[in-house]
Amino acid sequence: MIRRVSILTRWEVKSVAMESRFHIAIVGSGPGGLSAAGRAAEHDLGRQDTSHQPTHILLESFKAPAKTIQRYQKGKHVMAEPHFLDLRSPIKFRAGTREAILEWWRQGIDEKGINIRYESEVTAISGKQGDFLITLNDGDTIRAENVVLAIGTQGNPRKLGVPGEDERLVQYQLDDPYAYQDETIVVVGAGDAAIENALGLAEQNRVYIVNRRDEFARAKEGNLNAVLKAINDQSVDFSCFYESHVSAVRPPTDEGESGAIVLDTPEGERTIECHRIVARLGSVPPRKFVESCGVEFPDDRPTSLPELSNQYESNVPGLYIIGALGGYPLIKQAMNQGHDVIEYIHGNDVKPVDHELLMLQFSGLPYMADPEEILALYQQRLPMFRRMNALQFREFILESRVIASVSDDQSREEVEARSRAAEEKHQQTLLERHKDRLAELEASNEPITEADRTPPKPRPATRIMQEGESIFQDGEYTNTFYTIAEGEAHIQYEPDGPVYTLKPGQFFGEMSLISGRPRSGNATIGPETILLETPRRMMVKVLNSNEEVKDGIDWMFIVRVLQKHFAPDLPIEELRKIARKVELQQYASGDSIYDEGDSGDCLHLIRSGTVTLSRKVGDAQIAIDHLQSGRMFGQLALMGDPVRRETATAAVKTETIMLRSREFLALLKKDPQRIDDIQAETRNQLKLETMLASMPEGGNVISFLMDEGLGEATNAMIIDEDLCVGCDNCEKACADTHGGISRLDRKAGASHASVQVPISCRHCEHPHCMKDCPVDAIHRAPSGEVFIDDSCIGCGNCETNCPYDAIHMAPELKRKGGILSWILFGFGSEPGADSEKSATAADTQQSSHKAVKCDGCMDLKGGPACVRACPTGAAIRIGPDRFPELITRR
Amino acid sequence: MHQNILQYRGRRYLWVVLALLILSLIIYLSQPSDLPPNGGSWQGYTLGGIAAALIVWLALLGYRKRSFRSRLGTLQGWTSAHVYLGSGLLIIASLHCAFQFGFNIHTLLYVLMTAVILSGFLGLFFYLSYPRRLARVRSGRRRTDWLTELNEIDDRIHKLAQRCNARTRKIVESALDRTHLGGGAIAQLRGVDRSLVLRPDRETSESKLIGNPEQETVIEHLASAVPKATKSDEAQVLQELLNVFGRRRTVLSRLRQDIRLQAWMKAWLYAHVPLTVAMLSALVVHVISVFLYW
Repeated sequence: MIRRVSILTRWEVKSVAMESRFHIAIVGSGPGGLSAAGRAAEHDLGRQDTSHQPTHILLESFKAPAKTIQRYQKGKHVMAEPHFLDLRSPIKFRAGTREAILEWWRQGIDEKGINIRYESEVTAISGKQGDFLITLNDGDTIRAENVVLAIGTQGNPRKLGVPGEDERLVQYQLDDPYAYQDETIVVVGAGDAAIENALGLAEQNRVYIVNRRDEFARAKEGNLNAVLKAINDQSVDFSCFYESHVSAVRPPTDEGESGAIVLDTPEGERTIECHRIVARLGSVPPRKFVESCGVEFPDDRPTSLPELSNQYESNVPGLYIIGALGGYPLIKQAMNQGHDVIEYIHGNDVKPVDHELLMLQFSGLPYMADPEEILALYQQRLPMFRRMNALQFREFILESRVIASVSDDQSREEVEARSRAAEEKHQQTLLERHKDRLAELEASNEPITEADRTPPKPRPATRIMQEGESIFQDGEYTNTFYTIAEGEAHIQYEPDGPVYTLKPGQFFGEMSLISGRPRSGNATIGPETILLETPRRMMVKVLNSNEEVKDGIDWMFIVRVLQKHFAPDLPIEELRKIARKVELQQYASGDSIYDEGDSGDCLHLIRSGTVTLSRKVGDAQIAIDHLQSGRMFGQLALMGDPVRRETATAAVKTETIMLRSREFLALLKKDPQRIDDIQAETRNQLKLETMLASMPEGGNVISFLMDEGLGEATNAMIIDEDLCVGCDNCEKACADTHGGISRLDRKAGASHASVQVPISCRHCEHPHCMKDCPVDAIHRAPSGEVFIDDSCIGCGNCETNCPYDAIHMAPELKRKGGILSWILFGFGSEPGADSEKSATAADTQQSSHKAVKCDGCMDLKGGPACVRACPTGAAIRIGPDRFPELITRR
Repeated sequence: MHQNILQYRGRRYLWVVLALLILSLIIYLSQPSDLPPNGGSWQGYTLGGIAAALIVWLALLGYRKRSFRSRLGTLQGWTSAHVYLGSGLLIIASLHCAFQFGFNIHTLLYVLMTAVILSGFLGLFFYLSYPRRLARVRSGRRRTDWLTELNEIDDRIHKLAQRCNARTRKIVESALDRTHLGGGAIAQLRGVDRSLVLRPDRETSESKLIGNPEQETVIEHLASAVPKATKSDEAQVLQELLNVFGRRRTVLSRLRQDIRLQAWMKAWLYAHVPLTVAMLSALVVHVISVFLYW
């Protein structure tokens, strides 16, 4: 019955499209749009009206729903994060393969009777609430009272821009390169997607790749090497047209015939007969279109988000934005918003799914109030977040931990009992829902995975602390960010130095967040204080999308660095003016900051990254020092020697605070005693540099270590080849202490002058692996180790993102036997034997693969097992601060 | 920072073993002068006890080496102590037996112990000197890098060989096919190049297998073929082949040295460990027999 309705409505839309008028038009049929349309369809079904005319329409530019998911590779496992959030949508969704999810959604469209119109790209939206005019690419127009934009951020693929670009010969995505054989295929584009497609196709086809430029500048290194190798390899049918443009596409004249592509090459026009053209030219970001609808963005940055109300309404009344475009890139979030936005349009004030999570977070606060009110209150109270999009602030709070301090034991007990009760209630709800879902799954006869069975982890309630308790300590590797909502916090940088008191609206912890270095100073919580502790991941997102917050934090960072280095006894207020005058400089890896012989008029303080100082000795450039964040260089230019005596280069991506002579003198004038400290620091630095400059071979080792990327390391394994006997006891120790799988590869990794950097995690200051972890499974321990927790889903993003190959995907295997049974009787596997190598194919297949990497043996009291198990003392783990020692002690 | 096992912590265990030796000497000399020093006096038993305890502790290195979660010192510390105390054992055991030898189980134990210690000295020599030599041989690259280069060279030679005359092609290709690298334990330890090459006879067209150590035969052939080449293209190919084979010789020689050095660093343990097991058995027999025939 339902099926018939949907077919009927679709037919009607097609035939009367010119004059269609709807209550709600939804643009984009991704998860958000589909869910919204599903909810709107449910409203339609519940109507008393017997006309069966739908009051909604879902517009999709592609010929199928969920274009972005369609673009995923075949069989990709799609996750249902965040795990703590419930799904509220009429359309089915849980973690599964791309195919399964697309199938559920296709079913959902039919069952709910969603009025969807495919291949209808919206080119313009005008008008106002109650009467929007939507223009489609085929010239049709649609009128709607309300519009929901759910178009995501991926945009539509950039087309060839020549006649014939929409012919069937041309395709803008490639699902499975192995689906084609013995064809001539032209791939257009020089990015990673184009290269990967071309190489995949080249295995069983003749492939041409067309590159607009004379090199593959945008490609990842691995892809670059592979494509160059393929081009130069005579035995593979793969060639490249450099500096060439597509000038026309000629479709086949008959079915079964091949078409042709016309190229404009440096040697003149070339026509290539081909069966297929795969164009991978990136996509057109949707922002221009969104702006043309009247939606305003706070600034010009590509990452900035439109301003939205709590009910997803943009500055254009009646125009709503949900999903990735509104800053929520996860499928479940978008689907929930799709449901809620339809309710809001229908005038129903539903509470968002996360409402109960907010209640949990605020459970330990000294006052009872509606979470929505507390949210609004805090946003008003924190000047830096006042102008933030309300939805983003909500997410900011949801991802943060609320900390409240109490002054005596009795009230502590009281408050803790309250928040514990809330936690238990929450846990119970989660478990019940989990049970229901599992029962539902079992009833549906669908395969149930391990992940389906694992109950969701509960969210924490308010954290209660005693007044005066430590928030963080000097040297700790935490990198969360604290904002004071009420009360105060105290920070002391030096053991005997002054204690700074921070007040509501102020924040701290930004130094570790920005530099990736351990905490400097001790922080304690004051009486009756409420803090928001925000994880780094959330802060990075906020900094990338909100200029105001970024500027505020940058500026405070500068003020505090100046205070710490030049005027510890000076109140912040006095430093404000100077802080406004200094400049932030950014350098890419390898960029020169200044050259030897230049005349200098400024000093630099490293905000993040690492700087190598080098000097010309004879014909060679010798590294004489490497400095990490928090260190100063170039100060001699302001202390009497204006000529630079060394070259400063960024060893990794680096940011510095540049201080000119006038500001430097102004600072010194405020605290003249400080000059002695600066002179002492400079003296020590000069002594070290002189020593290293006198040992060119040592300087070469420093350069080598920097080239190996150790500039961003905090703790790296280094092997002295002169001592290593190749017994592999380090790898065995690693495997034995980590489920039979070694996380280090001694045999690999470059070496120079007997210093080898094996493949093993160096626990980067800003770990690359953390960047795209969808489940936030990668963390940094307070002692500095970067580790992966059990929630890893094996997506492989970290493996791809690690530039040092320190992460790999491995099955979870069980080890057999113990050490004594092996030594005495030869039973079981040798301690430290690699169980991945000895595992049978069946073992490996049955087990789920997860990401494994070095965790610095943080749970072993003795320290890293690899180092402790080296019989000759060849293997050590050290931080960059000890690199000079590595050379001078040899 | 990096220290070898002898320098470990300011030679901490050298001082320990020296103290132990002085103590042992005092015990030894305290034996009354009316009786010759003997393993049967209380001093002899004390020294024997010390020596036996040392042997058991020294043998425990094999266990400690595999107890990866152990917090009992570092393995380097254990190894350093193993070397110093193991050397000291030779003197303590000699004092224990008071230099009395004969054809019996007791002397067999002494001989086995000496063999274990001497094989240990050999191992110490390898551990202290070979890594440096190995690093020099590898010159900053890994063994897999050298093997990869060898593969690339061989691919290149295969391609070049297709452009040569039949005789040269046969020689060149057989040189690739019959290159020897590694092999059994003895071959690895000796590191002798037993590569061969097939040389077709000019008249009979029969081929003969002859030695090609260090690729010399094939290089010799190519070098003499270059001046005889009649076409410029041919000379060019031969010249290039000659160059590539020159590099191949270096790569092979590096790999062979790499294998040889690595083999020695492992091989001594095949004497040291079984001898230790034999010694432990002899120790048990020695202790039991001494107490049985008290």
